[in-house]
Amino acid sequence: MKLALRIAWRFLTSSKSQTILIILGIAIGVSVQVFIGSLIAGLQQSLLDTAIGRSSQITISPAERGERIADYEAIMNDVKTAEPEITAISAVADSSAFIIANDSTFPILMRGFQFEAAEGIYKINEAIIEGTLPSGDEVMVGKEFVEEASLKLNDKITVQTPWGATREVTISGIFDLGVSSLNKNWALAETGLVQSIFEYGDEVTAIESQVSDVFTADVISDRIATTLPSSLKVENWKVLNASLLSGLNGQSISSLMIQVFVLVSVILGIASVLAISVSQKSRQLGILKAMGIRDRVASFIFLLQGFILGIFGAIVGVGFGLGLSYAFTKFAVNPDGTPIIELFIDPQFIIISALIALLSATLAALIPARSSSRLSPIEVIRNG
Amino acid sequence: MASVISLRNVNKVYGTEIKTQVLYDINLDFEESSFNSIIGQSGSGKSTLLNIIGTLDKPTSGDVFINGVQTTQLTKDGLAKVRNESIGFVFQFHYLLPEFTAYENIIMPYRIKSNKIPAEVHERALELIHLMGLDKVKNNQATKMSGGQQQRTSIARALINNPRIILADEPTGNLDSDTTEKVYDLMRDINEKFKTMFLIITHDPRIAQKTDRIVEILDGKINLDLENKAPGK
Repeated sequence: MKLALRIAWRFLTSSKSQTILIILGIAIGVSVQVFIGSLIAGLQQSLLDTAIGRSSQITISPAERGERIADYEAIMNDVKTAEPEITAISAVADSSAFIIANDSTFPILMRGFQFEAAEGIYKINEAIIEGTLPSGDEVMVGKEFVEEASLKLNDKITVQTPWGATREVTISGIFDLGVSSLNKNWALAETGLVQSIFEYGDEVTAIESQVSDVFTADVISDRIATTLPSSLKVENWKVLNASLLSGLNGQSISSLMIQVFVLVSVILGIASVLAISVSQKSRQLGILKAMGIRDRVASFIFLLQGFILGIFGAIVGVGFGLGLSYAFTKFAVNPDGTPIIELFIDPQFIIISALIALLSATLAALIPARSSSRLSPIEVIRNG
Repeated sequence: MASVISLRNVNKVYGTEIKTQVLYDINLDFEESSFNSIIGQSGSGKSTLLNIIGTLDKPTSGDVFINGVQTTQLTKDGLAKVRNESIGFVFQFHYLLPEFTAYENIIMPYRIKSNKIPAEVHERALELIHLMGLDKVKNNQATKMSGGQQQRTSIARALINNPRIILADEPTGNLDSDTTEKVYDLMRDINEKFKTMFLIITHDPRIAQKTDRIVEILDGKINLDLENKAPGK
């Protein structure tokens, strides 16, 4: 084995330019893989963030329309202790309503938040562009809404329930959640205010939550459902956003396809170069065999060449890939200097890519290794 | 004296559809520490005979014994071991590994046998290098030596594992007459010093004249087998 390594190393170092070319070939394959993988992962991450980052991923609500949840504090405590993966949980009292302002009526969704707990889901503090969070008889409305209704901070508006009751409230703040339909249709207030306007008593209409790994939301959701009475239903974002999910899956599959084809071309490249190198080195192999080297050791010379090329190719390739990714986040930027796509660098993915390259380089060397094992010294001796 | 090489009814036929018989019922014995030559026209089958003795080629029928071991019964790995430990090859072309230096080439058969190079093997390599007059070029790449130096390196390589048999196929075929003379004198010295048996193929009668026994192969058969009582030196 040591002899095979010594000979393999010498073969590689004595034809440096050929060796460097193969290493570059493997490296480019690995770097494309690392870059594409990180890019797609980053894309998915930002897409998920935009789509469901600021929304409830698992929602508990009454099974019957118009019902409400009374013992929500107890349910929230139970769920939180049973499911440590839940990162934020908050009760919410919702109702559709109208806002009367400047003699016009606008349909809106009144959302009564426990602001401290809801922060974990909606990041409302970040979204405030003017004013502060509402308290008491105050509401916060969206950017698009104030434009449409020609309102400004501290204006007084009237909230009207579907059955005609009204309440005058003050605009304490203006938010921008990044989605225009929300900015137009949501009016945020404390749970207490919504409960009092809409006569909910101490009850809420839903319990919202987020989880650490969004893709496990359906599993957690199913688990929660088993512990709750049948008067409550549990929904998760995967069911509500099936088309987003299939889009993400499509992306993952196409990313995988690209990676597989890159890998195949790397394997073919190494295999063909090493196959040529067997015929280049057939004279040396014949001599070594005449001197009594065993066939297995002779094959190992080529396997080890593939392995060494794989190691260097993977290292250089990971370096290239990270460099390419870094350059991409530095040069492909928005006007404000933030990268168009934040890449998602996953060390585990990079290690796996490198290992796959190493493995395939060694596998690619199997074919030449086999043919070197079959080579008979007499062919070389006879043909000079 | 004991035979180190014995051939019993060795036939060699090439080809499957159009059969060409190269060797016919060869029976030969070579004794240890002897200095022998095989002569014959090109195409007479002498190289095939040498390759069969050296286990590089297999006889179509018949048996070959090296040091009493029937090589026709051995596995490929078994044959490799026989070649490595009992036989040293010297070919018309030096067949050095161009990626390695003269010293590394000489030591290579020992590395094939064992991973560690003990001090005495290193000493032996240096002694052989000195004996072959290669002191100045021992660290040169194999490609950066003259033809004579390359051939002497390959003789040193054949000797490193102290084999009982050296098989040489036209070892001086590519060398000028001065160098040829030197290489032959060296082989003679080694024969006397290490008691290594030599079997040299040549088509040059003047060289054959210097060996103790001359076997002539003609059309695949032994035509002549004579003791050379007074080899010219």
